[in-house]
Amino acid sequence: MADDRGGGWFPPMDLFRSEPMHLVQLIIPIESVHLTVSYLGDIGLIQFKDLNADKSPFQRTYAIQIKRCGEMARKLRFFKEQMSKAGITISSKPNLLVDVHLDDVEARLGELESELIEINTNNEKLQRSYNEFTEYKLVLQKAGEFFKAALSSAEVKQREYNKSPHNQPVESLSIPLLKDDELKLGFLTGLVPKEKAMAFERILFRATRGNVFLKQTPLEEPVVDPTSGQKVQKNVFAVFFSGETLKSKIVKISDAFGANRYPFTEDLGKQTHMITEVSGRIIELKMTIEAGLLHRSTLLQKIGEHHEHWNHVVRKEKSIYHILNMLSIDVTKKCLVAEGWSPVYATRQIRRALRLAAIDSSSQVGPIFRVLHTKKLPPTFFRTNKFTESFQTIVDAYGVARYQEANPGVYTVVTFPFLFAIMFGDWGHGICLLLATLYLISKEKKFHGQKLGDIVGMTFGGRYVILLMSLFSIYTGLIYNEFFSVPFELFGPSAYACRDDSCSDATTMGLVKVRDTYPFGVDPTWHGTRTELPFLNSLKMKMSILLGVAQMNLGIILSFFNALYFGNRLNIWFQFIPQMVFLNGLFGYLSLLIIAKWYTGSQADLYHIMIYMFLSPTDDLGENQLFNNQKTIQIGLLLLSLIAVPWMLFPKPFILKAQHNRRHGNEDAYMPLEDIDDTLHGESNADCEGDHKFDFTEIFVHQLIHTIEFVLGAVSNTASYLRLWALSLAHSELSAVFYEKVLLLAWGYNNVAILIIGIVVFIFATAGVLLVMETLSAFLHALRLHWVEFQNKFYNGNGYQFRPFSFSLLEDESKLN
Amino acid sequence: MYGFEAMTFNIHGGYLEAIVRGHRSGLLTAADYNNLCQCETLDDIKMHLSATEYGPYLQNEPSPLHTTTIVEKCTLKLVDEYKHMLCQATEPMSTFLEYITYGHMIDNVVLIVTGTLHERDVQELLEKCHPLGMFDSIATLAVAQNMRELYRLVLVDTPLAPYFSECITSEDLDDMNIEIMRNTLYKAYLEDFYRFCQKLGGATAEIMSDLLAFEADRRAVNITINSIGTELTREDRRKLYSSFGLLYPYGHEELAICEDIDQVRGVMEKYPPYQPIFSKLSYGESQMLDKAFYEEEVKRLCLSFEQQFHYGVFFAYMRLREQEIRNLMWISECVAQNQKSRVHDSVVFIF
Repeated sequence: MADDRGGGWFPPMDLFRSEPMHLVQLIIPIESVHLTVSYLGDIGLIQFKDLNADKSPFQRTYAIQIKRCGEMARKLRFFKEQMSKAGITISSKPNLLVDVHLDDVEARLGELESELIEINTNNEKLQRSYNEFTEYKLVLQKAGEFFKAALSSAEVKQREYNKSPHNQPVESLSIPLLKDDELKLGFLTGLVPKEKAMAFERILFRATRGNVFLKQTPLEEPVVDPTSGQKVQKNVFAVFFSGETLKSKIVKISDAFGANRYPFTEDLGKQTHMITEVSGRIIELKMTIEAGLLHRSTLLQKIGEHHEHWNHVVRKEKSIYHILNMLSIDVTKKCLVAEGWSPVYATRQIRRALRLAAIDSSSQVGPIFRVLHTKKLPPTFFRTNKFTESFQTIVDAYGVARYQEANPGVYTVVTFPFLFAIMFGDWGHGICLLLATLYLISKEKKFHGQKLGDIVGMTFGGRYVILLMSLFSIYTGLIYNEFFSVPFELFGPSAYACRDDSCSDATTMGLVKVRDTYPFGVDPTWHGTRTELPFLNSLKMKMSILLGVAQMNLGIILSFFNALYFGNRLNIWFQFIPQMVFLNGLFGYLSLLIIAKWYTGSQADLYHIMIYMFLSPTDDLGENQLFNNQKTIQIGLLLLSLIAVPWMLFPKPFILKAQHNRRHGNEDAYMPLEDIDDTLHGESNADCEGDHKFDFTEIFVHQLIHTIEFVLGAVSNTASYLRLWALSLAHSELSAVFYEKVLLLAWGYNNVAILIIGIVVFIFATAGVLLVMETLSAFLHALRLHWVEFQNKFYNGNGYQFRPFSFSLLEDESKLN
Repeated sequence: MYGFEAMTFNIHGGYLEAIVRGHRSGLLTAADYNNLCQCETLDDIKMHLSATEYGPYLQNEPSPLHTTTIVEKCTLKLVDEYKHMLCQATEPMSTFLEYITYGHMIDNVVLIVTGTLHERDVQELLEKCHPLGMFDSIATLAVAQNMRELYRLVLVDTPLAPYFSECITSEDLDDMNIEIMRNTLYKAYLEDFYRFCQKLGGATAEIMSDLLAFEADRRAVNITINSIGTELTREDRRKLYSSFGLLYPYGHEELAICEDIDQVRGVMEKYPPYQPIFSKLSYGESQMLDKAFYEEEVKRLCLSFEQQFHYGVFFAYMRLREQEIRNLMWISECVAQNQKSRVHDSVVFIF
């Protein structure tokens, strides 16, 4: 492949061809390898190849270090989680000045983790007993209420009983109903989660055959469960039962339901005593817990200061070890061998980094740098800036350019926004779009590297595309003379005026040309006349075809440059030339007719000319004749186009076959042997000996498909460009509808409220439908015109992206995650 | 509506089928197993798994790792996936998904009951239970003394209640009748599941009846082999066989009277689908039978993914994941106990 850039006739152009790359081999002594890779990561201009692809991750040389990094990353995640739980923000500015060693970080992280875990377990213990005491207090209060309520209601009952004259007064309540030693009524109190309360009651009932009395009241506020630490709605319960068997059953059941039991006494005096005691314990515990929390938050604060920095170091180290794992180790175990792609221009930088690393690590032997020769396809690398990047992304979304093929991205920078603007021509809308994108550009520094939402992120990424799109739509809007569908006489007065008073706006009859033609764009008088649509349609339709033919021609010419650059004469003679002939013989001629018609002002019917050029080329053109000898020229063009089809189809596969036979004519006898060779060497040989396998039918079919696609495509692609007209029509009609049927209608009522409603509806319709949805649809159509109609003429798009090992890329990625 | 699932299945089942097929593609492959088998320590296993779908579940585990943690986390992933699918499912798929867990429920009940019989701590037992087979009052099982209580106290609230009708006795629980209870429950469960799938009809019925029939036959063989030499009578043994499957009813007659493994083999070899399983074993050997059955099952489960618009894929996916977790457990155990030579004994490759 030729080394001179730009394909000969052009001065070198950065974006036109991807950077020349070469495969380099680095042999690095083992003592300086870490530093070297680190320096190379700083430059970020080399893409390492995995030389140990057959080894599983843990069999590689530096698996242990990666495991250590993973462990540290886990600790850092743990800290981060703890910090976010405690509501401590991580200081965002990394203090990169301090260069710390990985081992130190590891030791420090280990210490901090064990300290934090210890504090946490202590706190948890305290918290747990705190929660238990709170629950206990609640139980004491609530269960106390049970007893009080029961007692008071019993007293009321007794009083009523005593009041009635027929009854004998009964003994005092304090005398037990049964004798103590005969049957012991026991009870248990505790807390059970509210959602389990029903099931709890049911099981208790079943297990004891109804021989219990259960009393429950819900707590107003959720309490923190001591075991899980979660806030749960709970019920206080008291179960009354008789007998030891039942007790053990109930205990088992309440354990199974996660109900915490607490001791309780009937004695009122003891109860109050216990409540005060428990409250005292609660206050004590609270103080201890607070002290513990303070200690913890200072520790976390300390971690927070370094967190970002450590994170950075760990990530960097991990990426370095990942790269080191991709290098193959020499048999002597004294040096590592790295292979990777790098741009040719970066050679000096890489050499300097290697030298520097050797000096800094005080290694006795410097690393060896050499360029390998290979037939493998290098990765594609375009040096883009923040402006061209988004345009290149549009192209890459279709397919990454094959190494050094002509890059449509260069042209996309202009043609994409321009085609968009043709569909979006309205300088009012253009200004709105411009303001929005200028806002994004002014906030560029702030937004960059931040995590934005899906839609905002996408808009921000394409801000320069939108900038150009809006500028171009202001331009086309001026040509169409549309400002929210209102015409303005910006470039002087209209060329037309009424001949007499009888003519109105809605007509073209009676209008005469009184001045020179309107200097720029469409004359404002056209607006609102009955012939506005036929006029604009014819204009935009023809314009679309002209632009389409021009862009397709550009595509075919680019295929010529590709052929020239890769030295493929066959493609020039049997692909480029017939394609040019075919396209221009038919649609180039149509464009010529359009221009001629505009120029001469003739009334010829172009449809008729084009159709009868095929149907009966020998007929007389009559009034449709635009210039002399038109018939002869038409017949000539038709014949040329007809010849172009077999010209595209047949010669190329046959010449390829002949070439192949000439090259391998005398090796035929050995073919089977080579085939075996191929399978033996597997991948490494497959791509350098790719042209050995020659299947004529396959190539012929391929060429057949290609030809058919081009011939049919020439028609359908040209028709496809008519979408420019259609979308533009839709846009102007929609904005006319919003203007006339909403704004003017509301204005006509002479009512402020209706006017305000009208304006609001107008603004929202304009913003939502015209500015957002129309932008999107025009964008998509422009995208299609580029991807399909333009790029299928020349673009292979089967390359792969250059992904260098670079710390700055690593940082960007981690920021976005 | 056989043959017309394609028209309506995707209304309710399409999303979940897509999900489950996505999950399936995350199953470990033979290459993964090969790598795992070469691991030297549990950390290596963790490292390898972190590149798979298990990654997020294992990445925050501190380094001295235990086999139980690995298994626990892997199971957790399965449970999360299951719960997600169950949340999204509508009738009758949600019922179908619930049916899948009943088997675990039975196992859990048996585990707890046996555990309490041997006076183990309930909490400890609860930790050993499979999370898919948990139900609210499971811990209360420890209270029960006999089958009747077990049923009346706890299981009446669970979906297992109908299966109990055949095994309510007032006998005290012991190892023998717990095992009989397990098998009776399982038989009732399989039959119920089978009927349910038949009711669903279509491809689900076709595929699930095949899978369940295999399951029933396998259980029949296992029951036979395990009951050889015990005091279980022929009649009782026959009662434990599910009333469907390839062996039903003539195979069951013959299995019921088998007295040793070679007789079982003789019975099974009459059935062509089971012939290859038994022909791999040498005479008198039953250790490798489990693995052979597992391999056959995995093959059948994988095949169910070849057909679309049926619920069998959910069953198959859950089973395959469980098999995968069993594999991981075995590999981790072998690695942890330095028995790497035995790694291949019990690992069933899924793909």
